[in-house]
Amino acid sequence: MNIDKDLVAAMATPLVLAILVEGTSYGYAILKRVRELSGGDVEWTDGMLYPLLHRLERLGYIGAEWGASPEGRRRRYYEITEAGRAQLVEQRTQWATANRTLGALWGQSASVAGA
Amino acid sequence: MTVAMVEARISEWRAAVLRGGAVADTDADELEGHLREQISELEAVGLAVDEAFLIAVKRLGEVHQITAEFAREHGDRLWKQLAMPRPDDGRLRSLGTMLAFAVITAVLIQLARMLTAIPGASEAWFVRDVSLFVLPVLAAYFALVRRMPGRRALVAVTVVGALALAVNLFPFADGASTDVLVAIHLPVALWFVVGAAYVGGDIRASARRMDFIRFTGEWAIYYALIALGGAVLVGLTIAVLTPIAPGAVEQVITWVLPSGAAGAVIVAAWLVEVKKSVIENLAPVLTAIFTPLFAVMLLGSAVVYGLVGSGQEFDRDLLFVFDLLLLVVLGLVVYGISARDGARGAGAMDAVRLVAVVAAIALDVLVLASMFERVGEFGFTANRAAALGLNLVLLVNLAVTAWLTVRLLTGRGQAVRVERWQTGYLPVFAAWVAVVVLVLPPIFGFA
Repeated sequence: MNIDKDLVAAMATPLVLAILVEGTSYGYAILKRVRELSGGDVEWTDGMLYPLLHRLERLGYIGAEWGASPEGRRRRYYEITEAGRAQLVEQRTQWATANRTLGALWGQSASVAGA
Repeated sequence: MTVAMVEARISEWRAAVLRGGAVADTDADELEGHLREQISELEAVGLAVDEAFLIAVKRLGEVHQITAEFAREHGDRLWKQLAMPRPDDGRLRSLGTMLAFAVITAVLIQLARMLTAIPGASEAWFVRDVSLFVLPVLAAYFALVRRMPGRRALVAVTVVGALALAVNLFPFADGASTDVLVAIHLPVALWFVVGAAYVGGDIRASARRMDFIRFTGEWAIYYALIALGGAVLVGLTIAVLTPIAPGAVEQVITWVLPSGAAGAVIVAAWLVEVKKSVIENLAPVLTAIFTPLFAVMLLGSAVVYGLVGSGQEFDRDLLFVFDLLLLVVLGLVVYGISARDGARGAGAMDAVRLVAVVAAIALDVLVLASMFERVGEFGFTANRAAALGLNLVLLVNLAVTAWLTVRLLTGRGQAVRVERWQTGYLPVFAAWVAVVVLVLPPIFGFA
């Protein structure tokens, strides 16, 4: 299944923030987690993650720090901030509303398609 | 494919990402780390390193898309490049050198200005010699920065010294027109010395001469921009100070203005060099805008002159106007050529250029015809000789340019021939300027 580009873009922020709530992470691992969670359904061009991370950093939702991987490779680790957590709560409410609204209409068929 | 080849491919990829300036070095580190991690993971599941590389690059996405996304997030980076360069050590030193030379010329100008206050010295002296206090400093700056070989530098010093001595030993009459001619042509003569220093003394190489031509155009644009900013600064300073200190205005004009104008010569030259790789050169852009407009204007004027004749009201000043016009056309041609891709064949722009050049030549020949009648009538003066000489020098250049452009358009010549012709012609200009500065005054008795 291909998810519409705009929808992926809309999902990107809450997805990244939610993954970072699980713990500090870095670009490559974040993408792996996205693939894992969506079973590969969310198509994401890897390179696009980094400008997004930088934007979230600029907005103060996440903090970043250079570190090293266990193999000694230079790596940039990202950590969610308080503002990021608040933003995630806000986003979650919005997504829940969207989900509920569409779900009320599609409740039946959605579960059929999902089954 | 070996690991070394993949390493080479990775650095190529990294260079491509960095190009354009939207992706910073540290971002490239991050992306490269991602790429390498992906490659090792793919290798771990059994792929060959080159296959792993291809897939990893593909997953990261098209380089231009990544950089575009970075540019959207970091638009400021693109702009910062246009502003001051990051002052690392080398840049800082180049900035320091530049400022030192700017201060030297600013101080020299003040000294010269004070010398005019000495009884017996005249304003005419200052006007004539002012370029001697600025352009040799610029030449010295380039000689230093470009590590001009000592012997060539000595030649340049000798030329400047000879020019300085000659124009100051000439016994010009009061308000002599040869004096004015020297004042106009001396800066040009010195600019050729600057050119010799700019190319590090390597004055024979056509490519280096073209560099200098490009430099001249960009320098003029930077200088005009700095002058605009300076005019606003001085204007506001005067407006602000006049109510509280009316006397200060004169101080501003006599001290700040000349030094600022002289220092800006060096600053503009430095800016051209620093910005060369960063901004699209401006002179070719302006040329592209104005070449068609001038072509239309020249064509119209040539037709009108042809129908009406140059008329009886024709005077000396008009020939200077036509010299100026030919110079502008030459500028359009030269800067048009300087930006053209040598490998490409003839294009529409070459045709437009040809129209402009041919119309200018036609116009000029009409004017010259009436000028010759007039010289026959009134004889030669220094001004007429200078105007006429420059006109002929320009006319020859443009005529050959037109011929070469025709050959280019008909597919019988290459674009590089036009370029070679222009760079090869520079010594002719230099020689003519030298004649006006050194030979015309004695011939016309310094009148």
